[in-house]
Amino acid sequence: MKKVFGRPKSLKATPFHYCPGCGHSIIHRLIGEVIDEMNLQEKIIGVPPAGCAVLAYNYFDIDMGEASHGRAAAVATGFKRVLPDRIVFTYQGDGDMAAIGTAESIHAAARGENITTIFVNNGVYGMTGGQMAPTTILGQNTTTSPRGRKEKTEGFPINLSEMLAIARGSSYIERTAVNTPANILKTKKAIAKAFRLQMQGYGFTLVEILSACPTNWKMDPVKSSKWIDEVMTSHFPLGVLKDNSGDKKDAH
Amino acid sequence: MPKVLMRGNHVVGEAAIRAGCRYYFGYPITPQNEIPEYMSEKLPEAEGGVFIQAESEIASVHMVIGASMAGGRVMTSSSGPGISLKQEGISFLCALELPAVIVNMSRGGPGLGNIAPSQSDYFQATRGGGHGDYRTIVFGPNSCQELADLTYEGFNLADKYRTPVLVLGDGMLGQMMEPVELPQEIPLKKLPAKDWALTGAKGRASRFIRSLILDPIKEEEHNWKLMRKYEKITREEVRWETYFADDAKMMVIAFGIAARIAKGAIKRLREEGVKVGLLRPITLWPFPFKAIKEISKKVKHFFVFEMNMGQMLEDVKLGLEGNGEVHFYGRPGGVILTPLEIARVISSQYYQKRLG
Amino acid sequence: MLIKTIFSGFGGQGVIMMGYLLATAGMIEGKNVTCLPSYGAEVRGGTANCTVVVSSEEIASPVASEPEYAVLMNNPSLIRFQNQVQSGGTVFLNSSLIEDRPIRGDLVIYEVPLNDLIKQLSENRGANVVMLGAFIKKSGLVTPETMIRVLKDTFSGKNPAVFKSNRSALMLGYEYLK
Ligand SMILES: Cc1ncc(C[n+]2csc(CCOP(=O)(O)OP(=O)(O)O)c2C)c(N)n1
Ligand code: SF4
Ligand SMILES: [Mg+2]
Repeated sequence: MKKVFGRPKSLKATPFHYCPGCGHSIIHRLIGEVIDEMNLQEKIIGVPPAGCAVLAYNYFDIDMGEASHGRAAAVATGFKRVLPDRIVFTYQGDGDMAAIGTAESIHAAARGENITTIFVNNGVYGMTGGQMAPTTILGQNTTTSPRGRKEKTEGFPINLSEMLAIARGSSYIERTAVNTPANILKTKKAIAKAFRLQMQGYGFTLVEILSACPTNWKMDPVKSSKWIDEVMTSHFPLGVLKDNSGDKKDAH
Repeated sequence: MPKVLMRGNHVVGEAAIRAGCRYYFGYPITPQNEIPEYMSEKLPEAEGGVFIQAESEIASVHMVIGASMAGGRVMTSSSGPGISLKQEGISFLCALELPAVIVNMSRGGPGLGNIAPSQSDYFQATRGGGHGDYRTIVFGPNSCQELADLTYEGFNLADKYRTPVLVLGDGMLGQMMEPVELPQEIPLKKLPAKDWALTGAKGRASRFIRSLILDPIKEEEHNWKLMRKYEKITREEVRWETYFADDAKMMVIAFGIAARIAKGAIKRLREEGVKVGLLRPITLWPFPFKAIKEISKKVKHFFVFEMNMGQMLEDVKLGLEGNGEVHFYGRPGGVILTPLEIARVISSQYYQKRLG
Repeated sequence: MLIKTIFSGFGGQGVIMMGYLLATAGMIEGKNVTCLPSYGAEVRGGTANCTVVVSSEEIASPVASEPEYAVLMNNPSLIRFQNQVQSGGTVFLNSSLIEDRPIRGDLVIYEVPLNDLIKQLSENRGANVVMLGAFIKKSGLVTPETMIRVLKDTFSGKNPAVFKSNRSALMLGYEYLK
């Protein structure tokens, strides 16, 4: 009998430390499946962030090199320039990517750096206990926006993917989510496409994934999934933001 | 005033507000997150208070620079990795002669390290991790009460000398709760006037604040000026305390949380008749070199205990100028010893040296 | 006198609050106190703990490697702390949730069935304060009068009813252990 649901070979047997209902667990699994299916385990290098996914190297059975908070795109650039035929990806949270790492992110995209970024947007700083993130939406309460984010004092949230889509060096940018089976499937396809375009030398690719943080949202996993659909996607619309590959067949 | 039970990080925030600090710029990092969280809650309620969570530590320290130039009492805080990023701004604060308070609730390092309490940022704090010829006043508190008092005092010294003041705590101090008598709130009107601040040249000649001094002779003059200031601080602001120093045959030297644990150890050892004492530097810069030299006239054996690989040790040796014998015991990485464990190490040294 | 107590349980069982209340009561009685909550990634695992030291002398370290008392609200806490308690020390167990018992024979054990007890309270809440009542009865670290005063200072700000229900919870636990 064919085994349909097993642990991807590129994930170690270590159980995840993520909270119940956390999107990071799903996203790890999807990346693992794509690595298996594309047979990349021996030629892919990952750069984990400072964030809840800081321990990603305990879960992925691939080479991974740590970056300090926000600098993943620069570290990945170093990797890629030394090893241009390897697949290099960063795995970053919204704080890592769109606050402290904004400069690195924008410049990697502008250079058309041939790397892939998996950008996990959960609207908060998960690791440090639920502070406001650059992607926290207006009105959202966090431990450092205790009265709800207001544009007057805390400013507007940042749609970094849209900004990176303007950069001439970026080739493919898509925003997905992992809150429903259909969205999970789309996310997997997007990751696979980003890796494939990197292999074909298209330049900077990015998949932004809306992901639940039930712990800091103070919602149960079911409500978190709903909140992504009902609230988060209206600020961060799902879909392809840029695609230079010209390949229409998996535009979805 | 009655005491209140407060967490160290909250104590820092409250003491700052009572010292007239109305501007806080920071970025989350464990184990000091409760400082920005407290400020985000309290500052908007205080008269003229502003809290900003910046996009990075680099941005936050430069917001501090701007607010300080504008004449505000201003603070930022972080832990190891974030303090590394603030070094650029600290160098500029010194060069620009701007007051500010910077708190480091340090953690295990280097790199990401961990979030356990550690004293591995002593060099960074006292030697200046940024570029150029500068010094910063550094306090090494050992209790929540001292956190309150020294944070508060930090604002006064920063203004008095127009220089940044660092408070070097650690994860344990930031997280633990202790009874604290909070300092009196200063009314904003009573804060020292800043006749150098940039407020718009209304009714006076315009002025500027800068660190770029292309002419080496002028830069040298600026450096000498800074040096005279640092010398004055060294003469007037050194703080330390001693415990059982009078008849000690061996002196333990430790700061911050390590000193507190060492003190517990010394208390035990004294009960057993072991003649050890403690010298605890409270200002890590300026360092109590003279106090150490003075003690070395009577005591020949020194035991330096730090939660790192031996950083303050170098200052102790400088202070001893070759007098006395120094034994170092360090536990890096965020390991916390019990008073009993450190007592055992001290007493084995004591008996090895045939002091008892 | 220098007594160390560890409170441990799931995040959400109110163990940090127990530590805070005990330390505040000790402070009001003029003792030296420290209270050190667990923090950061340690908390994410789902258990939280808090170490309180109450002492007549200056406190050197807020950490307890061998506490006199452990107040354990769930099974993972029992597994984690049963071997740390000093010989002859005392363990308070939330027997509604903890099925195992310490394997050591040198501990005094008090079992408090919190889930059953809170059914007697109007709100069915406040298990942590019930346990605190049982704890101060047997440890004698602070008096119930002081603890009631602390509950009043802590809870009556928003709603006096919250104070009253906490006082009932405290006394329920205090009277449960004979
Ligand atoms: C220079 C520096 N500043 C701050 C931190 C602390 N820190 C670690 S992760 C993080 C943010 C985490 O948020 P995000 O990137 O959104 O990831 P998440 O945990 O939500 O997945 C912060 C501020 C650090 N490690 N280094
Ligand atoms: S804190 Fe949030 S992001 Fe971090 S593991 Fe838990 S649910 Fe996931
Ligand atoms: Mg995040």
